[in-house]
Amino acid sequence: MITAGIDLGAKFVKVLFLKDDEVLARTQERAGFEPAEAAKRAFAAALSESGLTENDLDAICATGAGRQVSPFTRESITEVGAAARGTTYLHPSVRTVIDVGGEEGRAVKCGDTGKVEDFAVNEQCAAGAGSFTETIARALEVPLEEFGKLSLKSTKTIPMNAQCAVFAESEVVSLMHAKTPKEDISRAVHDAIASRIISMVRRVGISNEVALIGGVAYNPGFVDALERGMETKVVVPEHPEYVGALGAALTARERSK
Amino acid sequence: MKANYGYMDGSGEYYITIDTDPCNDCADHPCVSACPVGMFEIIVDDYDDEVAAIKEENRKKVKYDCAPCKPVTDRPPLPCVKACPADAITHSW
Amino acid sequence: MAEDKKEFWRWKEYNWHDDTKDWKSAETITAGVDVGSVSSQAVIMLDGELYAYSNMRTGSDSPDSARKAMDWALEGTGLTLEGIHFIVGTGYGRVNVPFSNRAITEIACHARGGNMMYGNTVRTILDMGGQDCKAILCDERGKVSNFLMNDKCAAGTGRGMEVFADLLAVPIEEVGELSLDVEEEPPPVSSTCVVFAKSEATSLLRDGWSKKRVLAAYCSAMALRVVGLLERIGVEKDFAITGGIAKNSGVVIRLERQLGLKALQSKYDTQIAGALGAALFAKTLVEKKRKQAV
Repeated sequence: MITAGIDLGAKFVKVLFLKDDEVLARTQERAGFEPAEAAKRAFAAALSESGLTENDLDAICATGAGRQVSPFTRESITEVGAAARGTTYLHPSVRTVIDVGGEEGRAVKCGDTGKVEDFAVNEQCAAGAGSFTETIARALEVPLEEFGKLSLKSTKTIPMNAQCAVFAESEVVSLMHAKTPKEDISRAVHDAIASRIISMVRRVGISNEVALIGGVAYNPGFVDALERGMETKVVVPEHPEYVGALGAALTARERSK
Repeated sequence: MKANYGYMDGSGEYYITIDTDPCNDCADHPCVSACPVGMFEIIVDDYDDEVAAIKEENRKKVKYDCAPCKPVTDRPPLPCVKACPADAITHSW
Repeated sequence: MAEDKKEFWRWKEYNWHDDTKDWKSAETITAGVDVGSVSSQAVIMLDGELYAYSNMRTGSDSPDSARKAMDWALEGTGLTLEGIHFIVGTGYGRVNVPFSNRAITEIACHARGGNMMYGNTVRTILDMGGQDCKAILCDERGKVSNFLMNDKCAAGTGRGMEVFADLLAVPIEEVGELSLDVEEEPPPVSSTCVVFAKSEATSLLRDGWSKKRVLAAYCSAMALRVVGLLERIGVEKDFAITGGIAKNSGVVIRLERQLGLKALQSKYDTQIAGALGAALFAKTLVEKKRKQAV
């Protein structure tokens, strides 16, 4: 059986095709103003990447904030459900999933089959999402990829007072004027966002096995801050931004059995 | 006076309200030691009343600082609210 | 690019004093200094009447900003700092006003100042400052009965508006009027968060929206946001708006529409409410001190 998962996130639409344990395609498109159009483009790209036609697909399932506007299917699963399902498929012993995207953060506590037991969400505020680091990296004129790595070079903990990304931007500009090294600023920024995410994780409980998914999982500075803050190792699956789409593809398969 | 400490952001409204009139009548202020994070302090306000307040450094992050007392499930009564003999403390979320 | 980046958010600083009044014949000279995170004001009062004031951008150093605001208010009056009987510091940097006799919170000062600016029938004061927003309920003497503040989030503050002025390259003083120059009121920007609202606005522009229309959508969102804050304390008549945003007609008119309530007008500059209240507190305090001395 071949199934597709479509994750209509706030910033990107991701499509994943799954056959048994093999991923046939992974594609993404910027969501922009019309996520349905972006989904169509990502879907077409996945078809050409896999060499399949739409008829080869047995079932499709959507997830993400824009799942209601998915042009292909009425089948859908919540972001929380997809995150838990996708993560436990890849790492069966994980019981706490942290999902941080551009515009939202989630903490999910799950059972052994990826069943959601508890979850907490932060959305509609950049302070608890990937946008926070993006905004600051832009203010410092450092590419996002480098900004995360910079943090690992710092050993100094400096506090950040501002909670809001807009106010934090002014604060880091002052820090720059005061000749604070960029690596220390980077660490302060990553510690700040990690502490907000961790407080959310504590509300659902931190288990022995914790995984981080979503695009922010590519940021080593954030992973480091998370591990230091929770005093536990954090597993980052391969292709962390596609875990939601994978969860949706798995759901499509299970529902059509 | 109703003193609201906290904030509102895109994700919601997070205020701890202290009713300073009944609070002023309380001598012991057990809220201070009841809070596991130590967010409460006793201040003399602008009208010379001795009342409890949320510390400046906690006001912009009550959502996060209060999180340990607000697990998603099995939520027990809040220690600060429970400790207050004057029923002067309420949370908006 | 060698050319300087134009700063659309930057507003003009100013000072003023009343030439018709003579401080030499005053019995009590008091002052209030409000050091905010974005702007600082100093107000000088003669026997409880407004005499002089200044409004400046706050620098990186609070004591220095307080001193500069005070010096600028004194400019041209012949009066010196030593000639002032009592000074109250307020605002975010109130503990850093080195020459003040006492610090009082900006909440209490705004209520007191609003009481004078708008008359004692005012019950609800909304202060929209550069980096915060305050909603205050007060009694006929200007004493606070309920308040809340929001200084955690940039939405609903002057800073949020500055971000938009900069994004759209519109001078901040023109935002209000431009936003009202639309044929049909657009739906408000849906994101509260300024960061997200900014990317939403970028999409709207790409989608062919005019600058005016985007500004209208943002002013409307800002009004909606502030209504949310006001609902928490419960609006009572009469209602007044202070702070820099009170000068933005695009936000004020939409706010009045959403509340179904007109805001009171004042002959005073809306940005001096905090400093004015501080100077009034200073008068009460110096009179109390004199009585105790007798």
